[in-house]
Amino acid sequence: MSAWKVFARGLWDEVPLFRLVLGLCPALAVTTSLVNGMGMGLATTFVLLGSNLVVSIFRKVIPGKIRIPAFIVIIASFVTVVDLLMHGYTPDLHKALGIFIPLIVVNCIILGRSEAFASKNGVGYSLLDAAGMGLGFTMALMILGGVREILGSGSLAGLPVTPESFRPVLLFILPPGGFIAYGLLLAAFNKLERNRSAD
Amino acid sequence: MFDSLFTIAIAAVFINNFVLSRFLGLCPFMGVSRNISSAIGMGMAVIFVMTIASLVTWPLYHLVLHTYDITYLRTIVFILVIASLVQFVEMALEKTAPALYQALGIFLPLITTNCAILGVAMLNIDDELSLIESLTQGFAAGVGFTLALVLMAGIRERLELARVPKIFEGVPIALICAGLMSIAFLGFAGFAVE
Repeated sequence: MSAWKVFARGLWDEVPLFRLVLGLCPALAVTTSLVNGMGMGLATTFVLLGSNLVVSIFRKVIPGKIRIPAFIVIIASFVTVVDLLMHGYTPDLHKALGIFIPLIVVNCIILGRSEAFASKNGVGYSLLDAAGMGLGFTMALMILGGVREILGSGSLAGLPVTPESFRPVLLFILPPGGFIAYGLLLAAFNKLERNRSAD
Repeated sequence: MFDSLFTIAIAAVFINNFVLSRFLGLCPFMGVSRNISSAIGMGMAVIFVMTIASLVTWPLYHLVLHTYDITYLRTIVFILVIASLVQFVEMALEKTAPALYQALGIFLPLITTNCAILGVAMLNIDDELSLIESLTQGFAAGVGFTLALVLMAGIRERLELARVPKIFEGVPIALICAGLMSIAFLGFAGFAVE
């Protein structure tokens, strides 16, 4: 398997939110704006890089039977690091994401990559895999956050982008809008995919 | 006293429903909502574990982590405690209540990665609730989760027979339905219980 393939898989073929419906909770809860989505995505990417790195280094030492608790401790440590860092350097974002930062621990994507990839592959490939999956997840969160922000508050990253005649649909930044926007995006993604396979 | 418990319970079940307005526990919400009987089984298991998790994590935080000023270890400690708790509950049920184990057994391992459990443990701390209030919130959050899950399963059983556009089949249409349900639950926000 080439290095590029390992990296690019997370960006298209297995992009976490649209291909594998994993990591839903943070995806819907924090994507009320582009910036929040990006913050969550980058925090998750950081944890993924750290956990994949450590898991792949120690993959031959961790006994098979207790590998899941071991992975969880590794992941939880990196989540604590990211939680404290964000609390210190980006207090506003930390407040906006709230409880969902510690909850990165139970994001199935991270444990999934430790189990499915990092525990079987070397350090280099594991880092590439984490970067690909993390950026794919970030991209997906940014798309969802961007769409919801444009529809719900008529701006993008805080700057107004819609014409004055457009009345923002508040619903889209409220919880129901998260479900609906994600459902529609998923359907659009399916459509794209069908067109591609029909060619 | 009872007033505040009642308020917490109503808020956790309806106003801030864990699934539909706090977005916690979405993976099982999407994964186990294909038929009503498994939705009820999952719901019961979640109520059970959430209540016990609230009971265990509260003293742990206030008596141990807070006393020794190591609250930054909260995430690590809570996830480990919850994971071992689930294992323990599974073993204890198998020995003492085989009938209950039969009913809930297959759902228990899935619960460790259910963010609603860790979520309720953290919210209990963040909201600065007392032990009794935490227990109430844990139980009521489980009831709210079950309510949303069972309603969703009812809808999805019907959707199986409906003619859904090809690209919306499966998860997308389920999400749209969840969105509509969430709008309905938004109505409860009108009850500002103070």
